[in-house]
Amino acid sequence: MIDFELEPQTITQLKMYHGVAEQMMRPISRDCDEHEHQKPWKFFETMWSASRLADLQPGRAERPAAGAERPQAGPRLRNLNSVMTTEELCWGDAGLFLSTPNSGLGGAAVNAAGTPEQKAQFLRRFSEGKPKWGAMAITEPGCGSDSAAVATTATRDGDNWVLNGTKIFCTAGEMAVEKSEGFVVVWATVDKSAGRAGIKPFVVDHHTPGMTVARVENKLGIRASDTAMIILDNCRIPLDHILGSPEVRREGGFKDVMATFDATRPIVAAMAIGVGRAALDYVRDFLRDQQIPIRYGISPRKLTAVERDFMDMEVQLKAARLLTWRAAWMLDMGKRNNLEASMAKAKAGLAVTQITQKAVELLGPLGYSRKILLEKWMRDAKINDIFEGTQQINMLIVARRILDYGSKELN
Amino acid sequence: MIDFQPSEEQEMMRDTVGAFARDEIRPAARPADETGAIASALVSKAWQLGLVRGAIPEKFGGDGGERSATTGAIVAEELGYGDLSIALHMLAPRLLAYPVIEMGTDEQRERHLRRLAAADFVAASAAVMEPSWNFDLAALGTTARRDGSSFVLNGTKCYVPLAADSATILVYASNGAGAGEASVDGFLVPRDAMGLAVGDREQSMGLKPLATYQVVLKDCRVGAEARLGGDKGINFTRLMSESRVAFSALSVGMMRAAFEYARDYAKERKAFGVPIASKQAIAFMLADMAIEIDASRLLVWDAASRLDKGEDGLKESYLAKNYVAASALKITDNAVQVLGGHGYIREHPVEMWLRNARGIAALDGLATV
Repeated sequence: MIDFELEPQTITQLKMYHGVAEQMMRPISRDCDEHEHQKPWKFFETMWSASRLADLQPGRAERPAAGAERPQAGPRLRNLNSVMTTEELCWGDAGLFLSTPNSGLGGAAVNAAGTPEQKAQFLRRFSEGKPKWGAMAITEPGCGSDSAAVATTATRDGDNWVLNGTKIFCTAGEMAVEKSEGFVVVWATVDKSAGRAGIKPFVVDHHTPGMTVARVENKLGIRASDTAMIILDNCRIPLDHILGSPEVRREGGFKDVMATFDATRPIVAAMAIGVGRAALDYVRDFLRDQQIPIRYGISPRKLTAVERDFMDMEVQLKAARLLTWRAAWMLDMGKRNNLEASMAKAKAGLAVTQITQKAVELLGPLGYSRKILLEKWMRDAKINDIFEGTQQINMLIVARRILDYGSKELN
Repeated sequence: MIDFQPSEEQEMMRDTVGAFARDEIRPAARPADETGAIASALVSKAWQLGLVRGAIPEKFGGDGGERSATTGAIVAEELGYGDLSIALHMLAPRLLAYPVIEMGTDEQRERHLRRLAAADFVAASAAVMEPSWNFDLAALGTTARRDGSSFVLNGTKCYVPLAADSATILVYASNGAGAGEASVDGFLVPRDAMGLAVGDREQSMGLKPLATYQVVLKDCRVGAEARLGGDKGINFTRLMSESRVAFSALSVGMMRAAFEYARDYAKERKAFGVPIASKQAIAFMLADMAIEIDASRLLVWDAASRLDKGEDGLKESYLAKNYVAASALKITDNAVQVLGGHGYIREHPVEMWLRNARGIAALDGLATV
């Protein structure tokens, strides 16, 4: 039955996450933005130990295993739960959320494409020992949205795969490769002539010889999170570090990339929504302090420009949130959500870009000042319109699906 | 618990009404738009679906079905998919029936519901809007002054659907007590009451098949028994939320109709040797339409589910309606644009949908759920 009411236990859980956002993220938010490559280790340590105590694993999206019934373990609506907690934490700080030690996108890839043994082998580390990071490397200097054009190669040599190539824009790459005992899932082609089908995910452990972090980017926003360029130069990894089958089949490897996106796009949408809500809440409180009322229900012709802007921000955010919840809920129900995930991502990325820009505008010179966080949220928000598939690539996916077109008919 | 899945019963109703909208309403839409008239056979046939009598309790001769704003929204979307104006006509008797079911006294229920549970269409209506550019539900200009045991109504109403054919019109007026919507009362006024005059049929840019009228109340005196809900009065805020949800849901159906028409056209129509849908300029417009339709529907469902939980749903329904009004205009405009010159020609329905969509932001209180 159609229902949008949160269960009491979810509300309690979200309050706890909100507490983390408010008490642990907000106080260091500005400082992490101003000092881009300085790592908030105290925050990392606290989050790491908290996550092990209280199942505080933000953004751990996963698909139900193929053919499996709804997962019995954990919350019934695991992906839905993830988008909600992600929103809460990104209300605190999206950059810190991304920099939080956990399996991250690398974990999502292992969950989407790995065997049960591989999941156990690679993910165990995130529940023991010191803080660790998982990362995923797809993008290359020569390919972004067209991930099928991946040029990094994986060549079999005896008991090893040998990886060669350059990866860029790898979120938490530095933390996963050099600053912890984490791993990076590297997408590489085993057979260039096979196109998409030849692209496979490989788990490359931290400090593996032949893998180096060549640089860490300076960014517009989400500065608490490192974005790394990783060079693979004859990097040797064990044979069983390929996720899924090494066989090159049509619709093979690339499908796994897409499966990862179906789970992570709603998470990125939720990140955007968290940032948008931070801005909206700030503006709401500000207007209240200024005794400027928001009059719901009156003639739309009587609304002031400020009221109209505020209400538009509010409803746009809500629309994005409902689309995002739906995409995550579908995944939990074992339904194919490829279209809905892209809808949510495209909507949330754009809506929150606009919401945060409007928030800066509404506060005039105060909004532009670095004394308050609005301008930072505007910078942070923009990444959600870009990574995990730009708005445009998600629109393209939506368009293909509604038109029943393939990449040949619509490109 | 969060759930996006309609119940089996809701899906069944959606499919039944959806088929009726597609097979019966849609083919009648253009002729109705051109002539301003809806075939009475079609209206009778729709009546048989139980759109009005369904929620009337059995003891008054209705089907006694459970009334749910969410179910209502799902059904309304299908009707709107057929045609917005025809749907508004078919649902108009609800404007009187539903407030009486929900907030009427026993006597009012007995008196009005039995009549509306008839075997064939019975016209009934409500007078909400007033002819002013900044007409405001929270500040009605029509007044109800208590005078001894009766009330005296004064004011001018507009866009009163089916007023000329309705035996009773539910007139909303401010009683002067309290502020905003809390001061609003409803009065069940016979059309032939002294001091009530139904004007000529109104002419609008869209929604042409829906017969609407100006209704002037000049010292129109009604007894205390005409006051909806008796001494308890009504919750006008909630009634208007129900209205916003209904109008929004109907509009989502129309948006879907426009989207599908434009999508199918774009796949057929060729330019430079390929379907125009294979050009990103067109494909992205269609993708945007699809996203906004889903977003609109979810906002409507969210508002509806709050009403079903007994809340007044003011904020949710207000924001949803404003969102839908803007989306509907954009989507129908895009539909015209996708068809290019052909979209401007009355041979295709998209220009009609654009004219109808323009009304959503301007109008209120035309439907309920």
